[in-house]
Amino acid sequence: MYTYTEFDKAFVAERNRQFRAQVERRIDGSLTEDEFKPLRLMNGLYLQLHAYMLRVAIPYGTLNSAQMRQLAMIAERWDKGYGHFTTRQNIQFNWPNLANVPDILEALAEVEMHCIQTSGNTIRNVTADHFAGAAADEVADPRPVAELIRQWSTDHPEFQFLPRKFKVGVTGSPNDRAVTAAHDIGLRIVERDGEIGYQVLVGGGLGRTPMIGKVLADFLPEADLLPYIEAVVGVWNLLGRRDNKFKARIKITVHEHGIDDIRARVEKQFAAIKPSFKGVDQQMLADIRAQFAPPEFITASEAPYNQARQHDPVFRSWADTNLSEHRAPGYAIVSISLKAHGATPGDASAQQMRLMADLAERYGHDELRISHEQNVILPYVHKSHVPSVFAALRATGLGTANIGLISDIIACPGMDYCALATARSIPIAQQIATRFDELKLEHEIGEMKIKISGCINACGHHHVGHIGILGLDRAGVESYQITLGGDHREDARLGDRTGPGFSADEIVPAIERIIHAYLDLRLDASETFLAAYQRLGLAPFKAALYEIEAQAYAAE
Amino acid sequence: MPREFTPQVITANALIEGDVVYFTTQDTWSRALSDADILTDEADAALRLLIAEARHHEVVGVYLTAMKPTPEGPVPVHFREEFRRTGPSNHFHGKQADSATRA
Repeated sequence: MYTYTEFDKAFVAERNRQFRAQVERRIDGSLTEDEFKPLRLMNGLYLQLHAYMLRVAIPYGTLNSAQMRQLAMIAERWDKGYGHFTTRQNIQFNWPNLANVPDILEALAEVEMHCIQTSGNTIRNVTADHFAGAAADEVADPRPVAELIRQWSTDHPEFQFLPRKFKVGVTGSPNDRAVTAAHDIGLRIVERDGEIGYQVLVGGGLGRTPMIGKVLADFLPEADLLPYIEAVVGVWNLLGRRDNKFKARIKITVHEHGIDDIRARVEKQFAAIKPSFKGVDQQMLADIRAQFAPPEFITASEAPYNQARQHDPVFRSWADTNLSEHRAPGYAIVSISLKAHGATPGDASAQQMRLMADLAERYGHDELRISHEQNVILPYVHKSHVPSVFAALRATGLGTANIGLISDIIACPGMDYCALATARSIPIAQQIATRFDELKLEHEIGEMKIKISGCINACGHHHVGHIGILGLDRAGVESYQITLGGDHREDARLGDRTGPGFSADEIVPAIERIIHAYLDLRLDASETFLAAYQRLGLAPFKAALYEIEAQAYAAE
Repeated sequence: MPREFTPQVITANALIEGDVVYFTTQDTWSRALSDADILTDEADAALRLLIAEARHHEVVGVYLTAMKPTPEGPVPVHFREEFRRTGPSNHFHGKQADSATRA
């Protein structure tokens, strides 16, 4: 893992000192809210419906146990004993008191964390594959380059007042788990004739105008990456629509100018700035990469794991859904579900955070990851330790065997917290998870990604859910619109809108009708919902979804 | 005929805690919607809003929001305001918990 240099420490300490003084001046009346708001947003402090919210960056979703324990401490000391992990691999505290925020930032700095650029029109926290460094299918670990981009973008003088926010996601695996196609810049590490390079996607994004990223460069040599990204952001910084907030993201710029025009401009800018990159970035990347060296993997018997599988059906069921293939022999990637049936997706109590930190320290080479799917990962666990890990998780309500299943739902905070939301998301997720647990159908249904957003800004990624749910305000009533067939992976696809929305009372039965249609229509249990949808299209699902209404209409 | 004016209250979030507050007839901020000053005249509402906005050292994000007057006090017209005066639905936090503590 990356460790702060003296420069990093001094930088974060200085920013915290400045913010403490800014908070003091706001509280003593020297600063108005108009003056203070941009300053607090630069430090990740929002005002939500019921309270302030502090968004803490977890760069590329990587944490160590000390950091996780500090998050638990903050949750207990200054919040309400829990934190909410988000689809951008961050954590949010929903109830901080303004006067305490400077102390929280200092506590974060003690463990090399901060909230800088988690808000505002800047380059935001760089996200990456949550299995980075551990996945069996990986070409290269995406985190060193994500860290390089984080350092380059932090306080970058040219990019502090961008037309809008700017998000970068990186995957090192051809199986894209980082939703790179829905980022302003998506980077995919590829190997060609033994050389590592980058496929660069640009102009992806969900929100009001969802777009899948387009390929800007098919294979960029590593040494060109940083100047190339700087050229992309620089071109957009000048072209981007500052006249209209809803057209300011780079996806609109790419859409309006066309990918070929943008590519020509980027290449011209790249040629101009490349000579000023004299290799310092490559030296920094090499130093960073050394800090992401794989842990010293152990060799041990897998017998405890095999025995537990054989004799404990509960363990076997959990292992089948929550373990992923590891690059190191004898190891497994453990996904810890933060989606116990009926729980709030992404919430973890301080006690749960400490337990996960303890497990990482004891069994997981001291590493944890946060996934964009709002779960926590122990990326390096030897199989001999997996039964002990599971027993401890289960005792703390973290042993739910549902990764990738219908109750493993992404949900944004929605109108339970968010000032931008138009409807609630969390209760819908809770009800769907609870309902399908009652029906005992979720393992039968198999792979299913439901993603729920409480407004068109799409923090809940609903456009790329197999089933997407969008909460809207229709004439003062919460209404939920359904999309089907979205996919967040390497061949990303936006879902198709089914038709009229459903009320909060109708949405769970509506989802049930879609699922029953799938179970009836699939060729066999091996055909996933997404595969069946791709084979059959929208029509049969739409018919099932609106069947009751059609029958009621016919009966009139 | 001028359009009918929907009764409104002035609301904001407290500067330090961020908690939802309402402007009262005594020009103070209350945590309880039942204490809110119900404004039934458009011109008066605009004036009261200016007075409330001047209190920027106490609160953040002052605005007018529609309410239905009832014998028990104002009731939100929109569900967003219902959540603001209650708290989140997934945790027993916010105003619902505060009023339970007071009771």
